[in-house]
Amino acid sequence: MTTVPETTQHPAATGSVEQRDICLERVHKRYGDHVVIGDLSLDIEQGKFYALLGPSGCGKTTTLRMIGGFELPTSGRVLLAGDDVTQLPPHKREVNTVFQSYALFPHLTVEKNVAFGLERRGVDKHETKKRAKEMLELVQLGHLAKRKPGQLSGGQAQRVALARALVNRPRALLLDEPLGALDLRLRRQLQDELKRIQRDIGITFVHVTHDQEEAMSMADTIAVMNKGAIEQAGSAEDLYERPESPFVANFLGTSNLIPVTVEQGGADEFSTVRTSDGHALRLLRNRMWNLKGEQPVAIGVRPEKVRLWGADQTPPEHDNVLPAKVLQATFLGVSLQYALKTAGGQELTVIEPNLVGNSKGTFGPGQDVQVSWDARQTFVVEGETAGA
Amino acid sequence: MSTEALPQKPTDPVTPHVPGVDDSATPRSPRGDTGRGRNLALGLWTALALTFLLAPILFMIVFSFNDNQGRFNFEWQGFTLKHWGDPFQNPDLAKALQNSLSIAVLTTIAATMLGTLLAIALVRHRFRGRTSADFFVFLPMASPEVVMGASLLAMFLVLGIGTGYVTILLAHIMFSISYVVVTVKSRLEGMDPHIEEAARDLGANEVTTFFRVTLPMIAPGVAAAAVLAFALSIDDYVITSFNAGQTQTFPLFIFGATRQGVPPQVNVLSTMLLVLVLLLMLGNVLLQRRLAKRDRISQAG
Repeated sequence: MTTVPETTQHPAATGSVEQRDICLERVHKRYGDHVVIGDLSLDIEQGKFYALLGPSGCGKTTTLRMIGGFELPTSGRVLLAGDDVTQLPPHKREVNTVFQSYALFPHLTVEKNVAFGLERRGVDKHETKKRAKEMLELVQLGHLAKRKPGQLSGGQAQRVALARALVNRPRALLLDEPLGALDLRLRRQLQDELKRIQRDIGITFVHVTHDQEEAMSMADTIAVMNKGAIEQAGSAEDLYERPESPFVANFLGTSNLIPVTVEQGGADEFSTVRTSDGHALRLLRNRMWNLKGEQPVAIGVRPEKVRLWGADQTPPEHDNVLPAKVLQATFLGVSLQYALKTAGGQELTVIEPNLVGNSKGTFGPGQDVQVSWDARQTFVVEGETAGA
Repeated sequence: MSTEALPQKPTDPVTPHVPGVDDSATPRSPRGDTGRGRNLALGLWTALALTFLLAPILFMIVFSFNDNQGRFNFEWQGFTLKHWGDPFQNPDLAKALQNSLSIAVLTTIAATMLGTLLAIALVRHRFRGRTSADFFVFLPMASPEVVMGASLLAMFLVLGIGTGYVTILLAHIMFSISYVVVTVKSRLEGMDPHIEEAARDLGANEVTTFFRVTLPMIAPGVAAAAVLAFALSIDDYVITSFNAGQTQTFPLFIFGATRQGVPPQVNVLSTMLLVLVLLLMLGNVLLQRRLAKRDRISQAG
């Protein structure tokens, strides 16, 4: 018995139903007192590659398992193509899952593994055999049809798991860290392959991963999860260029976050903020739309967007400029990475492309410099900045 | 294991591992001479240990061919096949063996089924009282047989159930279940639960998942459990003796017979029983091997 009353009509549910393939409405999941998912809603459009990205324990796998029917939400609704499937068992849902451990049936041949789903649905023998064969060809494993899973490599087992799910022509494919157990090279190769297959067959993929690069390279939409909630969802570019929370800013790539106080905006498109030591910085006003004004605010900039100048040089006129001292300079071949400390005691990371080719014109530890960046590249986050 | 079987230079510092040869019996000699002596000693010791283990069984088999005179079968009096020609000559003995076999078969079926289901419930489901159920299942294994036999008898008397074939059967099923649960449980715990989820994900309901995926995968455990239940039931004396009433089982009959002199048919039937149990065990080993080969999943890429 759920103690939380069912929401009869979520505001989002009034939108067009055809476009939305998978929808979670105000889903909660608790184990006793332990809250795994707290009030999570998401919409996934038909045919999209959707990634749930987050650190381990953030609830991303639980979310996926609720879509698949392996976990029942404590409250809230799960909809597939507009139908409420919250209480339906997995075998009655039109989605299929690829498990991290592959979960192939060890006592059945590859062919029989792939045919399993079709046999359960009563597809006739001839048709089943044909479709299983086609699907194995699609994942380039036609020659291994008679093998047992025990005789496959990790990459092959992964492909069989994919074929076994896709052969049922599901409405959506759920992938639970499907590449987690593979080595880097194979992982990159299978990422491309997954993306290609998704484009070819055009069904919705929901992909759970903790690898930000994997999510960014494959997904149309990424939902960054933290502590049982979605922190921010959007395209890879949205999340990288305009993160809205310190967590997102640092989970996808690294960010320089500087605590500031917001001041009155000027007449142009920029607003002004002030650092703790009194430097004025500017950012686009429309970036501040989501501030609720109750929490501490920090502005951020990505390390590669920041330029370094000698103390005697003049940075571009409209850039944000802060004086700083070099703590450490690291040569990384493709780039140079600087650790800096601003006059206000803020530590910054700057990555400069290796354009010079020798150590002249670079900066050494102890040197006074100025950092500058285009005010348009400044983003703003709300909340405690860890380690600031 | 003799050293001659493994030709090697005495100075060879490293003895290569010979596949298929048990390591404990493989000579590992850093120096030739002492190594050879040690191997001889080890061989002798092994032979002694095996003799100690197997001599009683050998005696039983040999004396099934004894042409004994009178009631006793303790003295070798000449070779004969007459006991083997008519092992069921003694009607009481035949009846006792028949009881034992039918009880063992029924116990195996019932205990394996109930124990397997119990193991699945304990491993796969979270329910109130699971921990205590998990604990109490082990109780029949841990408690002394005499205590169990006596308490079962007390229970049957209180309930007014006359002791006999049925009470023996109930008692056997009861103590066999524990062993089945333990055996099947360990197999289930080693099984990736995602495999059953994958079956349900692919459209199999609970029943289909059980018969098409779970059961084939835990089959080695279930087979081992069944052999164990059979072996436990067929040779149980203590608990049976409390609950047998007028019913005779093979162990009860032999025990009774030793008081007056063991008829050689006992040796014959025991030998047959031994062969039957050995065959069962062999079958189990072969099955386990086949299933292990089937289940070997390479994790490496």
